[in-house]
Amino acid sequence: MLRDITLGQYFPGHSPVHRMDPRTKILLTIGYIVVLFIAEGVAAYAAVLVFLGTAMVVSRINPKVAMKGMKPLIFVIVVTAILNLFYTQGDELFSFWIFTITKQGLVTAIFMVVRIILLITGTFLLTYTTSPILLTDGIERLLTPLKRIKVPAHELAMMMTIALRFIPTLIEETDKIMSAQKARGADFESGNIFQRAKALVPLLVPLFISAFRRADELAVAMECRCYRGGEGRTRLRVLRFSRVDAYGAAAFVLLVAAVVLFDLFGIGVIS
Amino acid sequence: MSILRCENLTHIYGKGTPFEHVALDSVSFAMERGEFVALIGHTGSGKSTLIQHLNGLLKPDGGAVYFDEKNIWDEKSDVRKVRFKVGLVFQYPEYQLFEETVGKDIAFGPKNMGLAEDELKERVREAASFVGIDEELLEKSPFELSGGQRRRVAIAGIIAMRPEALILDEPTAGLDPRGRDEILSRIAEYRSNTGSAVLLVTHSMEDAARYAERLVVMNGAHVFMQGTPAEVFSRAEELQSAGLAVPQITRVCMRLRELGVDIDPATYTVEEAVRQLTRLKNGAAGGVPNA
Amino acid sequence: MKDALLRVEDLDFVYDSDRGPVKVFESLSLEIDRGEFVAVLGHNGSGKSTLAKHFNAILLPAGGTVYVDGMSTADEELLYEIRRRVGMVFQNPDNQIVANIVEEDVAFGPENLGVPSAEIRERVNDALRTVGMYGYREHAPHRLSGGQKQRVAIAGILAMKPECIVLDEPTAMLDPTGREEVMRTISALNRESGVTIVLITHHMDEAARCARVVVMDSGKIIADGPPKSVFTEIELLRSVGLAVPQTVELAYSLRQKGFDLPLNCLDVEECAQAVSALFAGRKV
Repeated sequence: MLRDITLGQYFPGHSPVHRMDPRTKILLTIGYIVVLFIAEGVAAYAAVLVFLGTAMVVSRINPKVAMKGMKPLIFVIVVTAILNLFYTQGDELFSFWIFTITKQGLVTAIFMVVRIILLITGTFLLTYTTSPILLTDGIERLLTPLKRIKVPAHELAMMMTIALRFIPTLIEETDKIMSAQKARGADFESGNIFQRAKALVPLLVPLFISAFRRADELAVAMECRCYRGGEGRTRLRVLRFSRVDAYGAAAFVLLVAAVVLFDLFGIGVIS
Repeated sequence: MSILRCENLTHIYGKGTPFEHVALDSVSFAMERGEFVALIGHTGSGKSTLIQHLNGLLKPDGGAVYFDEKNIWDEKSDVRKVRFKVGLVFQYPEYQLFEETVGKDIAFGPKNMGLAEDELKERVREAASFVGIDEELLEKSPFELSGGQRRRVAIAGIIAMRPEALILDEPTAGLDPRGRDEILSRIAEYRSNTGSAVLLVTHSMEDAARYAERLVVMNGAHVFMQGTPAEVFSRAEELQSAGLAVPQITRVCMRLRELGVDIDPATYTVEEAVRQLTRLKNGAAGGVPNA
Repeated sequence: MKDALLRVEDLDFVYDSDRGPVKVFESLSLEIDRGEFVAVLGHNGSGKSTLAKHFNAILLPAGGTVYVDGMSTADEELLYEIRRRVGMVFQNPDNQIVANIVEEDVAFGPENLGVPSAEIRERVNDALRTVGMYGYREHAPHRLSGGQKQRVAIAGILAMKPECIVLDEPTAMLDPTGREEVMRTISALNRESGVTIVLITHHMDEAARCARVVVMDSGKIIADGPPKSVFTEIELLRSVGLAVPQTVELAYSLRQKGFDLPLNCLDVEECAQAVSALFAGRKV
């Protein structure tokens, strides 16, 4: 049921990608997304694919598992493909009834699908190989310079950590309350949209109350463990750039160079 | 005729995934009308999965569940009706309360049955009195009540559906001895007044021994043992080797037997142990013990 | 002066409810020495949890004083000194675990205290080994059993190197296996590391395993002593809604029938020996 969500899941491991500093990985992912949007031709896409493929192999993430994470997004991908396929003007390849498929449409659709898949797989690789706690740690530290302009970096990171920690707990709780109300004859599955919305009240009220109770208890527990905000806090993990970060950065520089060159000289661009 | 019966019931979670887990493996058991049965077992032994099958919240992967000798999944649209006849009280049921008033919350189940307003009132009053909730509390918000009271309100919410079988998943979890006795004795009273069958899921062998006529012990997705408390506790050693506790008094009697005292080692209440020991002493010595 | 780690002097506590102020304690006094293993026993609403929250300044006295290691909990300057010394474990294991990796959660306390990173690592590993959860250090807490979660919570406190751990009904939501895990863990902590343990509970069998039992009812201490003497007060315990172990109940009932039997046999073996002694010479 609700529990089978792989999206954004972390797979523990000790590969070089796992060991890479989360700050590097976050910056590389942002850079990767930018590159993906400036890439134009087949050659540029191939370069991105090689980069991602290498990262996947090095990270030792099972490609099957990675594909599974894509499942909830298949719908988005298919819709994008269809829209591009039918709504791009250009040289007609063939047509039937009111639909016309053009060469440009076909090319754009293929590129769009590849782009989305590369985008999703790339960002997933970040969450697959970085524990949520390191991810928030990385974000916190990347945002630290912004503390001067009053960006609450530590508080944001702490909120993310707690949210991540409690998502599975609350999902489980939703399941439980739903079953309990079903046992009292509640019907979540039939009726029109208004009836369905109304049927959610017996689920949402207890869920909210429970979430607030948990928040309350957690706050006390945190106080008991001497929590007093980000001031004077040390961390279990020290983030340190190491050789793997340098390798990662170097690989990325190569990617940027390749994509820019291919774009500039129009290598592999289908017109 | 049994009111609830399951035959070779099998349930597998996450079928076809790496997390596949068999929670129930060909489980068969039956419950008679008006019977008080206790279901015992470790966490993960399949108890919770089993009870969710009995009112059709889960669908069997194999085997079948019969209510009144009718397969509850025969008529798919009727499964919801089974939930009104087989009342299921989940663990920590107080967390499911949501209405503005206690009365309205208790009425939620009966209302879903489509009952008329007068009937609802009648049932709410009746259910509240069964669990010992005063009528003046019915107008209060459930969140103003104490934890123990909230739990009883939640149980009343199920009782108000007048189920023919009442299933309770650890209704005394987290309560102190006074709260525990209050709830269990109310359930026993409810059953003797209405003739409803009761299935009590519990970790406490002491509670099971005290209230149930029959025990069903689950272990590793199977029914491990079933029978009267005397029958089950006569196999105390098997229970212990499966890592299940037996009542402390039973362990005392087992040890006494080893020490050569002629007492039934399957004794499971203090009263019974006292009776046997008194008779033994008086019978043998014919007078005051150790005088 | 004696070596009292926790000293409660004339504690008053009042809380505001809809129906006006409610008095929880009046002039409550209690001392707990370093290295003790104490159970505070009482039914729900007897004030035992409120008392526990005074031990590390989660609640402050309305009257009287609570001293931890000689420091008054009312002194705000000493707040973190006090909380470091007296750690707390709560009833709901889910609502006290902050991080989504076991070892990160255990590190939370020392991180807040500003312990250097290398030492945090050491403390986390030690704490997890002590509670037998080292093998799970990289697991997600929501996949653990209740007993395991509570052990992680205990490790989280241990990593702050406390003098004392107060556990507020830590087993109330656990199954028998989980309860046993927690009881074994805290007994070993007390025995082997000399950590003072205050166990708030309403389970008599747990209290029976402590060296000292303090029984509370309506905000008052009504009995205080080793379990063997406290549990013989069977009428008193029953009058405040507490159940005694079946062994004591058996001895009590037999005594009422005129048997000559000591009341203070708590465990199965002691009880069986005492009863069988009555039948000495007339065995089957």
